[in-house]
Amino acid sequence: MDPRIEVIDKRLKDVKRIIAVAGGKGGIGKSSVASTLALILSKMGHKVGLFDLDFSGPSSHIILGIKDYEFPKEDKGIVPSEYYGIKFLSIISFSEENPSPLRGIDISNAVIELLAITQWGSLDYLIIDMPPGIGDATLDIIRIIKRAEFIVITTPSKLSIQTVKKSLQLLLELKVPIIGVIENMLDRSVYPNSPFVVLRRTGKSRKFTKSLSIKEQVKAFNIPFLGEIYFDKDFEDSIGNVNKLYNTSFAQSLKRIVLKILQNYPTK
Amino acid sequence: MHEWALADAVITTTLKVAENEGLKEISEIIVKIGELQTIDTEIFNFALKEVMQPQKKLLENAKIKIKSEKAILKCKVCKHEWLFKNAVKNLSEDETESLHFIPETAHVYLRCPKCNSPDFEIIQGRGIWIDSISGER
Ligand SMILES: [Zn+2]
Repeated sequence: MDPRIEVIDKRLKDVKRIIAVAGGKGGIGKSSVASTLALILSKMGHKVGLFDLDFSGPSSHIILGIKDYEFPKEDKGIVPSEYYGIKFLSIISFSEENPSPLRGIDISNAVIELLAITQWGSLDYLIIDMPPGIGDATLDIIRIIKRAEFIVITTPSKLSIQTVKKSLQLLLELKVPIIGVIENMLDRSVYPNSPFVVLRRTGKSRKFTKSLSIKEQVKAFNIPFLGEIYFDKDFEDSIGNVNKLYNTSFAQSLKRIVLKILQNYPTK
Repeated sequence: MHEWALADAVITTTLKVAENEGLKEISEIIVKIGELQTIDTEIFNFALKEVMQPQKKLLENAKIKIKSEKAILKCKVCKHEWLFKNAVKNLSEDETESLHFIPETAHVYLRCPKCNSPDFEIIQGRGIWIDSISGER
């Protein structure tokens, strides 16, 4: 019997909501959404934690500009350090800039270990930056943190949608609560400047049906479509600077989505 | 000290088992700890006592046996096997500290002593688990 698994519920008992930000593939802005989501909720006055469980490519610390990561304090477990009001924990505190060549079983073990020993204290939201895809770590987190509600990120790319559909199917089968899907990195030059995209033909080129089709595909699963975020060329430049980040159109779009989520699912 | 969190995990699990099995008194708990966990047994014992304190009735006469399992690593590339306790000698204090928090960081700081590959598996000596709980109904 692994006593670590038994104690995880207890460690998370004062956390009101656990939101897992997931995506089928890497490079679709999952970590950007997770980090900015934590920042937005914190700015709204909520008590927020951010847990980067993307061990193969931890990047939340880069997006939020956290450089002085150190060992967390120890007090009846480990206590995450706070940055910009966000309690933050990532494998980066332990591995620094070194690569962590972990196989599935190791990732599972490390995830269980961290969940068992971390004292998050009382939080309104714990945001989890999930590993990409549906590997061991994702399945473990689903199994172990039954309360985790998922936000799934996709881009308009066909490859991204295909993998996201697989993720959604799995989440539904496992009866995991899904808050909804966000479509990230839409191209403004292709789609008009309105969230209600109208189908258009430009010259004799093809129909741009991508945006609508994602919305439709998501709805076909009976899963809420939370909204779209346009590709923001200023985002790259804001990485590592939370003030800049918070003022990007990326963050503003995400904020509208957050408000919508909170309206539909208020914190109990 | 994160030994406390693990001691708390052991006792929380024991309480759950006692409730499910209808145990009125626990006589013995056998806990196995992998060497890779780099637990300070003295601190762990101390933490156990503290966590057990509120459960006087149930755990008053409970003996806790802690068994250590040595950690063996095996290279995926050249199949070489080696002992963690020999490898860990060469680590810095910070690296050892990382292992103490997340034993999997072994993959970050250790390499196969034969072929230098970072791709090795931990064949035993990882984690903490409860081997057995004995008590009376
Ligand atoms: Zn080797």
